[in-house]
Amino acid sequence: MSEPTTPSAGETTAEGGHGAVPTGPDIPSGAEPTAANTRRDWPLYEVFVRGKRGLNHVHVGSLHAPDDEMAVHAARDLFTRRNEGVSIWVVQANDITASSPDEKDPMFAPAGDKVYRHPTFYEIPDDVPHM
Amino acid sequence: MSAPTLDRSADAPVAAPVLDEAALQAHFDATIAADHRVEPRDWMPEAYRKGLVRQIAQHAHSEIIGMQPEGDWLLAAPSLRRKAVLLAKVQDEAGHGMYLYSAAETLGADRADLTDKLIEGRQKYSSIFNYPTLTYADCGVIGWLVDGAAICNQVPLCRSSYGPYARAMIRVCKEESFHQRQGYELLMTMMRGTDAQRAMVQDAVDRWWWPSLMMFGPPDDDSPNSAQSMAWGVKRHSNDELRQRYVDMSVPQAAALGVTLPDPELALDPETGRYRFGQIDWAEFKQVISGNGPCNEERVSRRRAARDDNAWVLEAATAYADKHAS
Repeated sequence: MSEPTTPSAGETTAEGGHGAVPTGPDIPSGAEPTAANTRRDWPLYEVFVRGKRGLNHVHVGSLHAPDDEMAVHAARDLFTRRNEGVSIWVVQANDITASSPDEKDPMFAPAGDKVYRHPTFYEIPDDVPHM
Repeated sequence: MSAPTLDRSADAPVAAPVLDEAALQAHFDATIAADHRVEPRDWMPEAYRKGLVRQIAQHAHSEIIGMQPEGDWLLAAPSLRRKAVLLAKVQDEAGHGMYLYSAAETLGADRADLTDKLIEGRQKYSSIFNYPTLTYADCGVIGWLVDGAAICNQVPLCRSSYGPYARAMIRVCKEESFHQRQGYELLMTMMRGTDAQRAMVQDAVDRWWWPSLMMFGPPDDDSPNSAQSMAWGVKRHSNDELRQRYVDMSVPQAAALGVTLPDPELALDPETGRYRFGQIDWAEFKQVISGNGPCNEERVSRRRAARDDNAWVLEAATAYADKHAS
């Protein structure tokens, strides 16, 4: 890391919730993952919470943990401090297979022209009841 | 992932979609224009990504550093009830930091690296947390005024164009409401107490009011990044607009509490129905933000100690996990 270490007293904004900070060009963003970033790293887990009985588990966020069991404990502390859930799933992010990087992907295109899969495709006279 | 076409023969070349930068940019622009959300694996301009990482990281740092001013009162809070409330609040701030760090990670940032940058002074946190909490009334005023200002800033961020940031902010905002109300209730309780307690509340308000106004950042004509940030839908309202909204909300709250806001120029403008207020001391703001506030050094050195002194806990957890994996 050879970025400048001198804080800038230049430009500031209030972006972000808790108020103003410098945002001058000499404040590096740290966006690029590098080889050095692998130190200390625990696997990333994605967390899913069932809000109450009868509902699906829903993705709520992610966290790092050394193993599955600690991931569940950390997820409880982080995402269910106010009875937000009755069940938690955690899964390592690396184990998730995702469809595509981008909504432009043709993966979902085949459904686009199959309007006959929707009930509104079919015209039924208004006076037919219960349809 | 390829399209399920019917006529692909085994030796036909699979045409990868070639998207040049201009097409990607156009797609991104259209997403923003339609007020749709940008999601982690979408293409995005590098400046958008970098700006978001910086913003989300400083926001996360503010939550983490923000545990300290009130954390100082955990052992001194006057009853078990007040201790439990304060502990829950400080724990929430840690949680908010975690939500935000994970949002930053979706953009390619590394959590430990962000913490290092904070400790090395290469990334910043909100100026407000560089002021000391001198009395217990400060805990109430932080809840009322500081978290109140944070709510003003954060509610519009729930509609930020970057999906993971907006979703994190929704969780944060739900919890901030508790923070503000517990602070205000604490102050109301003190205002029903002795003269000394009322004076303590007024003193805290006198010290925190102006720094709270500074939380919204410099005036619009001195905030060159704002325009781009608003065009991208990362930010939804200007600094001055949010500050005005905050003043208008706070004045009746101060009246109900029975305290005076320390600004002789504060007055209702009958034409606009909004409150005019005095000049903010931007020289002080710049001093605090550039490292010369009352507590800058203490805040960062404590964060450094937390990282270094507790490293063994992370190592122990890793060793335990390794042992039980085999």
